[in-house]
Amino acid sequence: MSQPNDTPAFQPAVYVYEAPLRIWHWINALAIVILAVTGYFIGSPLPTMSGEASDHFLMGYIRFAHFAAGYILLIGFLGRVYWAFVGNHHAREIFIPPFHKPEYWSGVLHEIRWYAFLEKEPRKYTGHNPLAILFMHFMFVWGLLFMIVTGFALYGEGAGLNSWQFALFSSWVIPLFGQSMDVHTWHHLGMWWILLFVMAHIYVAIREDIMSRQSLVSTMISGWRTFKDQRKVDDGH
Amino acid sequence: MLETFYDVMRRQGISRRSFLKYCSLTAAALGLAPEFAGKIAHAMETKPRIPILWLHGLECTCCSESFIRSAHPLAKDVILSMVSLDYDDTIMAAAGQQAEAIIEETIQKYDGNFILAVEGNPPLNQDGMSCIIGGKPFIDQLTHVAKHCKAIISWGSCASYGCVQAAAPNPTKATPVHKVIHDKPIIKVPGCPPIAEVMTAVVTYILTFEKFPELDRQGRPKMFYSQRIHDKCYRRPHFDAGQFVESFDDEGARKGYCLYKVGCKGPTTYNACSTIRWNEGTSFPIQAGHGCIGCSEDGFWDKGSWYARLTDLKPFGVEANADTLGLAAATTVGVAIAAHAAVSAVSRAKANKSNQPVTAKEQGE
Repeated sequence: MSQPNDTPAFQPAVYVYEAPLRIWHWINALAIVILAVTGYFIGSPLPTMSGEASDHFLMGYIRFAHFAAGYILLIGFLGRVYWAFVGNHHAREIFIPPFHKPEYWSGVLHEIRWYAFLEKEPRKYTGHNPLAILFMHFMFVWGLLFMIVTGFALYGEGAGLNSWQFALFSSWVIPLFGQSMDVHTWHHLGMWWILLFVMAHIYVAIREDIMSRQSLVSTMISGWRTFKDQRKVDDGH
Repeated sequence: MLETFYDVMRRQGISRRSFLKYCSLTAAALGLAPEFAGKIAHAMETKPRIPILWLHGLECTCCSESFIRSAHPLAKDVILSMVSLDYDDTIMAAAGQQAEAIIEETIQKYDGNFILAVEGNPPLNQDGMSCIIGGKPFIDQLTHVAKHCKAIISWGSCASYGCVQAAAPNPTKATPVHKVIHDKPIIKVPGCPPIAEVMTAVVTYILTFEKFPELDRQGRPKMFYSQRIHDKCYRRPHFDAGQFVESFDDEGARKGYCLYKVGCKGPTTYNACSTIRWNEGTSFPIQAGHGCIGCSEDGFWDKGSWYARLTDLKPFGVEANADTLGLAAATTVGVAIAAHAAVSAVSRAKANKSNQPVTAKEQGE
């Protein structure tokens, strides 16, 4: 295929993900791994330790790691929200998806057809593709927010009635769900929800890195989006 | 003038010395500063005693049984003589017509000035026929008396949350008091039953100060329900160390390790069992080697198993917990990803094959 007339000058790469966003991505990923593993062991503890209680602090360390990673995740998330305001427009994509635009939904449909092998070729995007925005907005942004709120509600129970965690989260979250055990159960299910996101996220990132018309994995390392052809990008479609 | 609490106590043959002891012990039990002992004494000497109507709905009477076993000094005097229990069908002397007449009499004499204590809850299905008191549905009696009372004490998990009769599927639609009565202050004292000392302390506080103690968001007195069993459990060091009872007959059970893995609900249960304990401070479930079942929590019957850490969930009518459910979803997604990746690889291989000659031709041109 020859180059259409309206193609802009050849652009080998676009700087999409700025440094703070990339750092957040990997710290956040690490925090999620630690949270999932320690969280699992809080729900189903390791085989019992023998000897005196004063010789061990295993559950204490597991819980400490969980809480520390939880704080890192929270602070990272707040920083990420801040970056959505001050960063480039790609930093806002997963927070405020353009649901009001019909062309966005046609883009979603096209992407679904691409995954269903009904399209020969995916569209070309500088930022996230429309389906990725939808997926990240609901699975990830809301999922993470849910985990932060329920997680700090549970943390506030231990921190006590006079703690800010209790005032800010436990005081309304626990009655909202019914009782503490319900919050535990939903927080646990939330872990699996995030895990499903992670599985699909990694698969899709690698698949599209191979099969789509732009770079994916390396972009989250270097920040630069490179393209495999010189045709026009379909951003906004 | 009406009798004061002090008058009644003296009439019962209680010395001033033991009266003052009672006041300071009550202040201590309520977690109040030392000067409150004097305030309690003063209130009891000057205030007319407030009548309590104690109604019973759908319940098992374990709250009453607990209440009359309060080990607190003079507690039985609080109940049986000091507090004017004008109507309590379990322990009052009157019966039949006579008993029901007491309710109307109290309402007339103390309209808007008596405390309504409710043990149990009203069932709402079948026009409330599942609980009949004196020939009428309990819900009628409750709403009638509640209209005239000053405040309501919801005794136990039945009145506070619904308890066993409200467990799924709740055939009689047993409904906690606060969901039926909306226009009166309600204090919840959950537990199945609540701890005797907690009950007498709450009554004493209300009667002496004529107001509720400080309540949490769910309407429970903070002084007894602000911490979890787990926070004050004497087995907590074993939890932090990672020492658990794996089954009820193992070495850990004999050594008194933490019961978390065999389903103890201490970490999610707000109550004072691990501090006040039961039967004159003798013991409490965890001390006896059995996990807490979370009886003072909302809907605890439906948060089982009592012998597993993770709550049973029944999606699509299948027994599961959060892990089995999550693992099933993750497996499904994993298989889908693998299949999708395989199809992707094949279609890409095909596309490459068919593309190559074309590009070669194009290049040739």
